[in-house]
Amino acid sequence: MMTAPSETKATSKSRAHNWLDQRFKISALVDYMGHKVVPVHGHSIFYYFGGITLFLFIVQVVTGILLLMYYRPGADSAYESVRFIVSEVAFGWLIRALHSWSANLMILFAFLHMFTVYFTHAYRKPRELTWLSGVGLLALALGFGFSGYLLPWNELAFFATRVGTGMAGAIPVIGDELLVIMRGGEEVTGATIGRFFGLHVAILPALFTVLLSVHLIFVQRQGMSEPLEWQHLPASQKKYQKFFPNFLYRDLLVWLIALNVLALLAVVFPDGVGPIHWPLGTKADPFAPPPPVIRPEWYFMFAFQALKLLPPHVLFIEGELFGILLFTIGGLIWALVPFLDRKSQVNQRSRLYYAFGYVVLAFIIIMTFLGYVAE
Amino acid sequence: MNDAKPTRRSFLNYVLGGGVLATLGSVVYPAFRFIVPPPSGEANVSQLKLPFKRSDIEADPQRARTFKFGRTLGIIVASDAGELKAMAATCTHLDCTVQHRPDLGIIWCACHNGRYDLDGKNISGPPPRPLERYVVNEVGEDIFVSREGA
Repeated sequence: MMTAPSETKATSKSRAHNWLDQRFKISALVDYMGHKVVPVHGHSIFYYFGGITLFLFIVQVVTGILLLMYYRPGADSAYESVRFIVSEVAFGWLIRALHSWSANLMILFAFLHMFTVYFTHAYRKPRELTWLSGVGLLALALGFGFSGYLLPWNELAFFATRVGTGMAGAIPVIGDELLVIMRGGEEVTGATIGRFFGLHVAILPALFTVLLSVHLIFVQRQGMSEPLEWQHLPASQKKYQKFFPNFLYRDLLVWLIALNVLALLAVVFPDGVGPIHWPLGTKADPFAPPPPVIRPEWYFMFAFQALKLLPPHVLFIEGELFGILLFTIGGLIWALVPFLDRKSQVNQRSRLYYAFGYVVLAFIIIMTFLGYVAE
Repeated sequence: MNDAKPTRRSFLNYVLGGGVLATLGSVVYPAFRFIVPPPSGEANVSQLKLPFKRSDIEADPQRARTFKFGRTLGIIVASDAGELKAMAATCTHLDCTVQHRPDLGIIWCACHNGRYDLDGKNISGPPPRPLERYVVNEVGEDIFVSREGA
């Protein structure tokens, strides 16, 4: 199908455009994007959080691939290769700092994104599966955090992984088996590095990429969620902006700001700051006593702290097991909220689920706080 | 936009484009520097005492032994005349490792049938250059190998 020659002088740009257009129908895509609009209201800032999380994930992919060029998994080489990266390789300290900062910020923004979606009831019909895929992505992101933490094979990582995998051992029936599978043996050893490495650089990225694509396709197909209050507004009072190019440019500006903040943090605090830190420290020694303070990463702190607070026995069940059960049930409810929240399916605000969200949020914040203070 | 006088818009476009380029540059530069590995710590050795004796070389079925010479691989062979000859073991054609063929009295590269004489001179096949020769000195039981001119 030949397009009629346009009146304007054919520049190389439009010729390239025509070439592609004839083969891939680009105009249709641009048209489609042109129809998409983004609601403008007091909480429009929430529309950027998912994008920031996506940007931080892209940073993780790029810096992760760079680190792979020098990282050597194994009990005799992992620690040494990370030390080589931060001390010998040009800009190695920067790449590691970026990877660590971006990891922590990605989890933070994933949580923020999730709670803003939750409290705006944006998970309601027709976006149930978008929510579900998002919960899956968060689980994978936590898996990335847990598996990546061990890779430098330093003291901090070794004991945190020992405690973390040890919790899996508390699960009834399959616990012992699961523990051996996770550790690649009875103990955390070089074999564990091999497993976590494979998980961190192959399995999780593959799963994450698939699920992320699904998540983004859903968002593109359904457009941006409008606030619940908009139902009762006359059309004249609803303001929109075009997604393409207006919103996209704003998105890119936010990404640029995120890149600068990231660079600033990585340069000023290459080893992290406060409780969020990752100094290489000393090499893991399985025979040495653990350091006085063993702490999980901050995003596991609430669960870690909650399990510590439980009495040794609840009813007839061991405390830790009871906690794990509770978290499993809670997580399931959280993932299935779009299906459980009947009111949201008919575009009404549900007081019950609103309150539930605040309880969960308060629980996470208080437990995290206690975890850092009650030492 | 093809005015002789620059417009405010075109000036802004240049500023924006320059900013984008500078940002990309500042991202790509550290990444590029990162992927270039730091120089390896191994010095380029000019003299080396071999960790084996003449009898080890002569007892070898191929009457040769390879050894690590700094960053390169060397080979030392015992000729029929009982002379020890050492040279680089990396074929000058495509970097395969060469071997001694006592049956033919040559140094042979199995990859593409390249042939050198025992002084490392390329005599047939694809190798474009001779193998670098090393000087061999025997002091009692010890064998010392050094680069020519060292």
